[in-house]
Amino acid sequence: MQLPPALHARLAGAPGSAEPLPVERNPAAGTAPFRFAPRLVRFPREHDFFEDGDVQRHLYLQDVLTQVGGAPERPRVPEFTCQVAGCCQAFGALDDYEHHYHALHGNVCSFCERAFPSGRLLDAHILEWHDSLFQILAERQDMYQCLVEGCTEKFRTSRDRKEHLVMRHLYPVDFRFDKPRKSRGPAMPGAAEQVLAETLGDDGVPSEGDAMEVCSEHVEPPPEPAGERRAYSHRCLTRI
Amino acid sequence: MWSRERGRLKPLRCGVEELRCRRREREAALRKARREQQLVSKRLLRDEALEEAEEGCVAVIFGEAEIQQFLRLAQRGTEEKEREGALVSLRRGLQRPETQQTFIRLEGSIRTLVGLLTSNRALLQLEAARCLHELSHSEQSAVVEACLPATSYLLTYLSGHSSDFISPHLTVLEALGYALSQLLQAKEAPEKIIPSVLGSTLPQHMLQLLQPGPKLNLGVAVEFAWCLHYIICSQVNNALLITQGALSTLGLLLLDLAGAVQRTEDAGLELLACPVLRGLSNLLTEAAAEAVGRQLQLRDERVVAALFILLQFLLQKQPSLLPEGLWLLNNLTANSPSFCTSLLSLDLIEPLLHLLSVSNVVSVLVLTVLCNVAEKGPAYCQRLWPGPLLSSLLDTLAFSDTEVVGQSLELLQLLFLYQPGAAQAFLQQSGLQALQRHEEVAQLQDRVHALQQIALHG
Repeated sequence: MQLPPALHARLAGAPGSAEPLPVERNPAAGTAPFRFAPRLVRFPREHDFFEDGDVQRHLYLQDVLTQVGGAPERPRVPEFTCQVAGCCQAFGALDDYEHHYHALHGNVCSFCERAFPSGRLLDAHILEWHDSLFQILAERQDMYQCLVEGCTEKFRTSRDRKEHLVMRHLYPVDFRFDKPRKSRGPAMPGAAEQVLAETLGDDGVPSEGDAMEVCSEHVEPPPEPAGERRAYSHRCLTRI
Repeated sequence: MWSRERGRLKPLRCGVEELRCRRREREAALRKARREQQLVSKRLLRDEALEEAEEGCVAVIFGEAEIQQFLRLAQRGTEEKEREGALVSLRRGLQRPETQQTFIRLEGSIRTLVGLLTSNRALLQLEAARCLHELSHSEQSAVVEACLPATSYLLTYLSGHSSDFISPHLTVLEALGYALSQLLQAKEAPEKIIPSVLGSTLPQHMLQLLQPGPKLNLGVAVEFAWCLHYIICSQVNNALLITQGALSTLGLLLLDLAGAVQRTEDAGLELLACPVLRGLSNLLTEAAAEAVGRQLQLRDERVVAALFILLQFLLQKQPSLLPEGLWLLNNLTANSPSFCTSLLSLDLIEPLLHLLSVSNVVSVLVLTVLCNVAEKGPAYCQRLWPGPLLSSLLDTLAFSDTEVVGQSLELLQLLFLYQPGAAQAFLQQSGLQALQRHEEVAQLQDRVHALQQIALHG
């Protein structure tokens, strides 16, 4: 099937279309014994038309599933340790390390040294917990922003926000972003593990460290002009 | 999990010919299952996989106590290997329906799994994803429904970090998409599952994951494109999807696919092409699509260019998907003078005619698209003529398939009506003889006679 050479260029070109040719129908078109009329065609779930594509999809999945049973073969390297000050986690594979670094050292609050899964959550944390202006404004307007990217809802209290997360975004009921932590301490491998959803065992003892929790007291940021607050974001530069 | 291992070959225990033979058998079994409406049965997917992957390993039924122990170990074990091992054992156990039931009834179990899925330990994430995977295979709707809230939350969490993606995240996302696609195929899906999916933010997140660009991951996109297809073809509330931008996203994805197809030999692209073609085609039939169609997006002739590039690709890689591509072309051209004009101005008629030799189903669709163009009147037929169209039609008249011939007759009527000289040329090329062989066929005779009259007497 030879395609005109200009077609590829057209795909790469700007959006748009040619001026449509004038439409002029003769009433005799498609009249008995003829029956053609242009029709939009719709196929429901179980229609035979989908048979070929469905079968191909299932063949692909079957191939994939036979591989899921085994453990993934991942390139292993001689064991090495994380070089971040205070962290002594050891690794045998590069992508484990990448994951660790990203999760624990990538977005760290310089005030309280808590780590967050993303820059966005770190920003929210800093704003809500280390920004005195935030507290003042929060008395008068809705300042607690929804944590889900793309959702622009704001709330009066963090509890209202949590309710929104649970109801609207189906977060687990025991999700926490702002409960005080039991103990403070530098980032150590065991204590500093952060999971987004707190996983309580059946006896209520928290596991795996606590979810995105913050200092029990507000830490006052050093005095600075309000306008420059965002200029340096108090993120931790990794101390190596 | 998926993409990384796709290239990995299993040790060949038999010859290539035997593999081909086995694949044909599997295909035949799948076709049979689909006709009996059993293809959604996940057992069918699993049984073969099970034999090969689990040889010698019999899954035991676990009770509450054992499950709790595995979960506790996974969450709080001190040794990484120990934690991983606990999840592996749990996953194997979850292959049994009894264990699945026990698991979902155990308080906090899904929550724990979710916690592990969002933990920062890559290996635990992967194993937890495999557990979710097992649950999503369940034949029991209770199990499947228990997973749904978890899926929503996970998707929200994972796609909320779209700018920070690293590989375990992507793998978990892909597993989630797969699990969701299984859920959406359940018999109860249109009544129970899809309405709640549509009522959540899931569709927006799915569309987000299908946005073309540097962050688009093929494995993830494939799974969520299939999810979207299952939702759309269930026809629960497609208007809502359109307001959320589904048409626009799928259209952009089509363009992106065509670009990708030109750049690479990647064998995986048709896996994504299929659900995208289906989603677009079905959405175009919605009334809401009319309104959106006024946006430039849908009049954009790059869509037609992209579709033809894909058709060419499918002809090479997966000819069985050609009908789906042509279905989209029909829905694009049926009521659109703009797209019909694009077909003409981009010189796509001849490539289209080339497809006439592929199969009967494909031929009927090609002829239907040509009719869509021709029925718009003389200005269109003029651009269809002369060219190779006449000789192609004479060829199709030689087919024995009634539908192919029938559609050829429809096209001839339109050409005779709108294009002066067409009937004449037809006669000169022994058209009458071509018509004659169908004079006795019940579904064709009236039209054959009518055409004979028109050709001879104008």
